[in-house]
Formats: sequence, C-alpha cells, structure tokens
Amino acid sequence: MTLTHSPAGSAARRRRGAARQSRAGTAFVAAYVLLLIAFGILPTGYAVYFAFTDAGGTFTGFANFIDTAQDFRFMDAVGHVALYLLFWLVSLVVFVVALALLLHRLASGAVSKSLRFLFYIPGALAGAASVLVWLFMLDPAVSPVSSLLGMLGFHTFGEVIAPGNLPLLFTIIAFWTGAGGWIVVIHGALDNIPRDVMEAARIDGAGAWQTAWRVQIPMLRKWIVYMVILAFAGGAQLFVEPQLLSLASVGVAGRDYSLNQLTYDFAFQMNNVNGAAAVSVELLVVSVSAAAVFVARSRFFDAD
Amino acid sequence: MTVRKLSPSPRRTLGKRHTELLAGCAATVLLTVTACGGGTASTTTKDGFAQVPQKDGALTVWVDATRMEAAEQYQRLHPDVKLDIVSYDGDANGSNYLQTKVQLFNRTGKGWPDVVFSSQNNEASWAVDADFAAPLDKGLIPESTLGRFSKGANDVCTVDGTLYCLRNDLSQAVLWYNAPLLKKFGYTVPTTWEEYRQLGEKVSEEHPGYLVGDAGDSFTPEIYLWAGKCGANHITGPKSVSVNTTSEACTRMAGLLDVLIKNKSMSTSGVFSTDFGKNQADKVLLMPGPAWYGGAVFKDTLKVPAKQIAAAPVPQWQGENAPSTGNVGGGTWLLSRHSTHIKAATEFLKWVTTDNAYQGEKAPGFPAYAPASEAWLKGQAASGYFAGDLSALAAASSQVWPEWGSGRFSQEAIWAATVKPGITQGKSIVSMLPAWQDSIVKYARANGYKVAQ
Repeated sequence: MTLTHSPAGSAARRRRGAARQSRAGTAFVAAYVLLLIAFGILPTGYAVYFAFTDAGGTFTGFANFIDTAQDFRFMDAVGHVALYLLFWLVSLVVFVVALALLLHRLASGAVSKSLRFLFYIPGALAGAASVLVWLFMLDPAVSPVSSLLGMLGFHTFGEVIAPGNLPLLFTIIAFWTGAGGWIVVIHGALDNIPRDVMEAARIDGAGAWQTAWRVQIPMLRKWIVYMVILAFAGGAQLFVEPQLLSLASVGVAGRDYSLNQLTYDFAFQMNNVNGAAAVSVELLVVSVSAAAVFVARSRFFDAD
Repeated sequence: MTVRKLSPSPRRTLGKRHTELLAGCAATVLLTVTACGGGTASTTTKDGFAQVPQKDGALTVWVDATRMEAAEQYQRLHPDVKLDIVSYDGDANGSNYLQTKVQLFNRTGKGWPDVVFSSQNNEASWAVDADFAAPLDKGLIPESTLGRFSKGANDVCTVDGTLYCLRNDLSQAVLWYNAPLLKKFGYTVPTTWEEYRQLGEKVSEEHPGYLVGDAGDSFTPEIYLWAGKCGANHITGPKSVSVNTTSEACTRMAGLLDVLIKNKSMSTSGVFSTDFGKNQADKVLLMPGPAWYGGAVFKDTLKVPAKQIAAAPVPQWQGENAPSTGNVGGGTWLLSRHSTHIKAATEFLKWVTTDNAYQGEKAPGFPAYAPASEAWLKGQAASGYFAGDLSALAAASSQVWPEWGSGRFSQEAIWAATVKPGITQGKSIVSMLPAWQDSIVKYARANGYKVAQ
C-alpha cells in the first residue's frame, strides 16, 4: 500500500516492462514474418521462378514475357487497367479527402460516428458480394434505381455495360466498396492534427477552405500517399469486378479485360502457367516501382 | 543485467529461428516436389491408356444441377455402389470451371473426378491435351453401344480419330412456335427463310411487339448462321480451323437478322435475360432454337402454359435441297484416365448415357443415344405439354450441318464480346462480320490453331 516507491525499484520495473514489451514485439513480428514468408515471399519467388522457365523447368530468359506481350489481348488489357487506375486513383484521392474533411468539420459526436459507420458498411461486404450487389443495381429490369438508369438513357443491361462505360462502372463499384475504410482512416488522421495548429490557423484568420488546403491536406500527405500506394497495387490487380461482370453478362462485357484476368486465362485455359507468372511479375514490378516513386517523392519515411 | 537474462542473446534466437524457418521451407518445397512427382506409380496399359492401380472406394461424379437427378437416380437403382456426387456449375456459359480444376489437379497429382458431366461440347478439345479424358472406344465402351448413338452425335468427342467423351443430349435447332397464337393471327409456319422474313415483316406491321425470334444470346450464331451454312467455325483438324464469315451464306443470313431486328420482330435481349422474361415472355410467336428450348426455355423459364408450344423444322433457303440446321451445345460425359475405379465409372457412364430409365424417361434434353431418343419422344408426347408431336426434333437430329465444329476457343464468348455490344448499339450484323472474323482468327491463333481464311 505504498504510494511512493524508490527510484531504483521504478527503474527496474521499467526495465522488466521493456523486456516484456520487446518479447511481445518479437512475437508479433515473428508471426507476421512467418505469414509473410509463407504467403508473400515464397509464392513471389515461385512466380519469379516460373516466369523465367518453361513448363519443363528449363531457363528461358525473357521468352515468357515476350510471348505474353505479343498476345493480342495484352496491350488492350494494359490500356484498360491504366484507364481504370487513373479514374480510380483520382476519384479516391479527391472524394475520400473531401468527404473526410467535410465529415470532420460538419459532424461531431454521434452524427460523425454513425456517418463513419455508414461509409464503412459497404467495405465490410466481401469483394465478390459487393460486386454482385452492383450487378443487380445496374440491370434496369431488376434495379431499385431503374428509373434513374432510365433517365440516363439506359433501358437494358446491355446498354449499361457498353464497352465505353466499363472504366467508370468499375471505378464506381471499387469506390463504393473500398473508399469507406479510407474515409475512416483519413478522418482518424485529421483527428491527430494537433489542436494548437488548428487554433493558430483560425487565429491567423484562415477560413475552412484555407485551413483545409494549407494546413490539413499538407499534414495528411503521408496518409494520402499511403492510400495511393495501396490503392494502386490493388487497382492494378483488377479482377473480381470484370470477371463477375463477364459471367453475369454471359461474356458480353469484361472478358479478358484486365491483366489479372489474362493471367487467369493463360494459367487455366491455355495451360501456360509460366506465361501467367510472367504477367504477374510484371504487375509486381510496376506496383513496387510506383510505390518507390511515391515514397521517394513524398519523403514518406522522413520523421516529422 | 536482468534484461539480458530474460532474453538471452537476441542474435542467437534470431539465428535459430532463421534455421528453423529454412528447414521448414525446405520441407515444404520437398513435399511439393514429392506431391508433383507422385502419380507415377506402376501403371498397366489397358483399354488404350495407362491405368493406375484400381482400388475400392467411392466413385466421384461431378454433375450440374440438372444432371443431379441422373446421379441420384443411379444411386437409388444401384444401392450397392458407393457414389460421391459433387454438384458444380457444369461449365455453363463458358465458365471453364472444370478446365481450371483439372489444371490444378494435374499440378497436385490428385483430386480428379472419376466421371464428369459438362454442358459444353468442346471439352474433349482440351481434356485430351491436359491428359484428363480417357479414350472410350479402345475397350471401355463396346462398339455395339457406340454405333447406336445418333449419326454425328459423338463427333465433338472425337480427337484424331479417338473417342474421348460421350454425348449426353443433342441440341439440334428447330423452329419452335406458339400454335394457338399462330392460328389466331391467321399465319402458317414458314418453311423457307424467305417466308420467315416475310412473316417477320407482317408481324411487325400487324401485331407489333410479337416476336419471330431472338438474336440476343451468345449462341445466336449457332442457331442462325450455323443453320445457314456460314463457315465461321470449320474445325478441319485437331489444331486447324477454317474461318470465313463474309461468304454469301453468312451475309445472307446476317442480312435477314438485320431486317427483323430493325423492325423489332426479332428481340435482341437474349431468352434468359431478365428483360426478356419480364417484357417479352408472352410475345413469342416463333422462335428458332435448339431442342432444349422446349423444356428449359418455354416450360421452365418463360412458364408458357401447356398445349401451346410446338416444333417445326428449321426453314431452308429457297432452292436448297439438303436441309441443314444448327446446334447449341448438348452436354458431354467424360471419364478420367486417372480413375482408380474404372470399372464402376464405365458402368455409370454407360447407364447415364444410354439407359431408358434416365435418358428415355427423365432427361430434359433430346438424348444422343438413338434408342433412348425414341423412348424420350414418346414420353414427351405422353406428357401432354407440347401442342402436337416433336417429330421435327427427330428429323433434325441428323441434319446438323457438319462443317461447324467445337474448337478449344469458345465461339459463343467471341460472339458475345465482339458482335453483341454492337447489336445493342444498333449496328448491323452484316457490318460486323469482318470484325467477327478477325476476332475468331485471333482467338484461334492464341489457342494454337492454324487458321485458314
């Protein structure tokens, strides 16, 4: 029942605490490293091995890369994914940051909590399930918003999924499923901006717009970069949306649309696992390079 | 000091963990290699292929939802057979599920089903290369049985002269029509494509909204262009195809479709679309389509009442003396060459494709096995659903134009992606024939075919 304790005892306790913490830390990291090796590094190594060999395991250099790049669907798929990435990343950055700022400014307490929960719900549905929801939404014959689709000039499912509409459709689906989580993350980051900084901005006479533009967004930089890196890697691997759409439309739209679908085709329809691995390695290289550029340009790892 | 005592030499721990990890990885790799290398156990060459040692145990059968009834009926009639029935999508709509799984099983060296049903009829084209399908005419199924399948029924199962699957049902196209409605409007069933076109034009003027056909499905070319002898898909060898979509035969039929699509007597929704079911189900006057339309479309999907739907021969162009028709799918049964229960698998395969208990009495489609198809036709007549008999189906079963094959690439998928969006946008099919050809050629080449144009 001593409220005071000797400085020496306190130091020892701190040391023991530190030791416990370090052990706990090692355990957490070890578990992660194990999973990373089992499901990240080993498969990647396996894919790289496949990409540079043929079906018999002989080293073939870049033959698989050249063969797959010459497939008539390859350049189309690159174009589709590039356009989709543009739509998806721009809409993600603009709308997620804007919505998070709006949410942070307008709502407080219960309203903010319930709004954040609402934003997050679609993300809680598994990827395929949320795409299925959209397949219903987009078919005027069964859609709850068929009158809206009708006003936009769409009267049949075939008209909705015309080839020109696909990048926009996939962006809307991806935004609906993926943006909610990011809004919550960015909102959390906004909460972390010190109160005195905001106070100072207000005293200096900055309005809502100026505060957002000159104070909040610069301080969110790392979070936005983090979001863009992950969204880029995810978007480059576009698969579920076009694949399900192609099944739902009986092949009218979305077949062989993305690079990942092409790898699936190579591996399972054309029995060319090595070609599929080559395209996957290309995707990995592109995503890692993009991440490297973003990290370097944004000074991501600099201490504040 | 305490710290060091509690956690002795972090470096050593790390080193040890590292070693363990390496050992684990090595073990994993070794296991994988062993698994991949497995399956080379002593085989016996019999019935034309190397058979693995036979064992007792459950026979694994993969079927789609519709064929589930067949497998369950077999189990009821043969209670002593251990049957493991697995339901899958039957590769409908070009899903390629079976092919994907077989590629994976080939990698792991186990897991193949013993007998599998597929609703696609081009499975043999890959299943032979993938070393999955067992040859059936080298001892497993007697010649006397094979000889009684309808003429040409098993052509899609034949690769390089060897039979690798058995056809479940035929899907020859006929002209389905609503008999009381046709009578009410005072029309007669057209026998030539010229009459068919005139009737379409009349319907669009006198009874707008009613339909003489549908051109919105991915298998539309197989109903119309195949019947019209358009040489879009002439498989001339195991890895060669001849493609010509701009011949007179193709443009003539495509032009006919364009006229009827334009005057709206031909739908472009597709018979299984939600749109068709909701808005056009009761507007069908005529509908060229495969044998299975009778049950699967009119009875089960569109819920047309009994005593209305009848079947007539598909129209012919004036002056044609050899009747020809198209074909849409028709399922196939494959037997795995990896099976450890070949005898039981063969018994099941024989029963399910030829026995009257299923094919003659229960099967929803027109049986490929001729004796069963006679029983099936009698059964359909007795069921009282159709207005009149289905003798047109029997006649059409031997009139399928033989110069349209089943290659490894899906013609349906190509049409769906290349031509269907254009039809939706209002482009004419004639104008898209060159693009269609281009697309077929590209897909054929990508799948390793030599293409003649």
